[in-house]
Amino acid sequence: DTKKDGALAAADTRPLTSLGIPATTSATQDAMHARLGALGYRVGQGLAERFSAQSPRPQTPLDVIKFLCKDLWLAAFRKQIDNLKTNHRGIFVLTDNRFPPLSKMSIDRRAGSKARDEGLARAQLYLFFPSGVIRGALSGLGIEATVTAESTELPSATFQIKTKGAKA
Amino acid sequence: MATKAARIGEEVWKSRVDKINAEVVTLTYGTIVAQLCRDLTVPNTINKTDYNAVNKELDRMGYNMGLRLIEDFLAKTGTGQCSNFRETAEMISKVGFKVFINITPNVSNWSKDSDSFHLVFEENPLADFVELPDDGRAQDELWYSNILCGVIRGAMEMVQMQIEARFVSDVLRGDDTTEMRVTLIRIIEDEMPPDDE
Repeated sequence: DTKKDGALAAADTRPLTSLGIPATTSATQDAMHARLGALGYRVGQGLAERFSAQSPRPQTPLDVIKFLCKDLWLAAFRKQIDNLKTNHRGIFVLTDNRFPPLSKMSIDRRAGSKARDEGLARAQLYLFFPSGVIRGALSGLGIEATVTAESTELPSATFQIKTKGAKA
Repeated sequence: MATKAARIGEEVWKSRVDKINAEVVTLTYGTIVAQLCRDLTVPNTINKTDYNAVNKELDRMGYNMGLRLIEDFLAKTGTGQCSNFRETAEMISKVGFKVFINITPNVSNWSKDSDSFHLVFEENPLADFVELPDDGRAQDELWYSNILCGVIRGAMEMVQMQIEARFVSDVLRGDDTTEMRVTLIRIIEDEMPPDDE
């Protein structure tokens, strides 16, 4: 059928990366991102279990998020989250001004906005795993949430946590 | 020699290495191995893990790490060429392992011609709190920490040594010790490109 043929043709004309390997399709990329998130989720669950064992269980969602920003972040990244914002209706925004996994990355500033976008896109790959860690840790402490992450300027990273039933 | 390597390892570990929580590493590595065990199955089965394939994949991942890690190793430690394979063994154990995962496996069981030795792991951060799957096969087939073999192989290849590294025992399997056999295959000579005048 034509739809299938169209998809195949698209796959054949995929642009090549600098290494000569065809660039991944968006479908493979989505699967890869989901996979990275799932790996992080399991790690987050384990970390939350391990590092909350000695302390009383956080009672409110805000307490859980604070535990995440302080204790868990310290354990995983040797620093705390720099800024926490919330709308008090289930949405939390965590900003790490110097997120360790991104701290050694750089962008060629002379090459303009294209280089900047490419650099940020490369950095984005490194945010799926930590997003999964957050999601897993929250789940271990009884909060269902979706987490999205982005970096608009290296080496900072912003994680947006939207708990189940949150109102924007 | 052994004490000199130990001194370098200790010094670099203390002053020049960014550290990360060991449990984060343990958990992350465990998650990766578990995922591989789910992904790599015997053809035409749904959930029968092909442990041989998992071992190979871990080794391959390690190899790619080793190829890059040696650069960092040389930069951090400032060490030069080893004069013989015994010295190399000390460097791997007391500097390499020390600097990157803060352990120093014992070097022992040298072969008569000094081209092969055992690394004996008294501790192994990768395998803390780990239990192998209870499917009656993992105990005999999976080399849980196989990534380490690849790392050594990759790193050594970048300094002109082709080696073979493989685990021969693992406490996770119920053995008394965790030991890896490292064998020097050949020194890789610089080869001129063909027809290069």
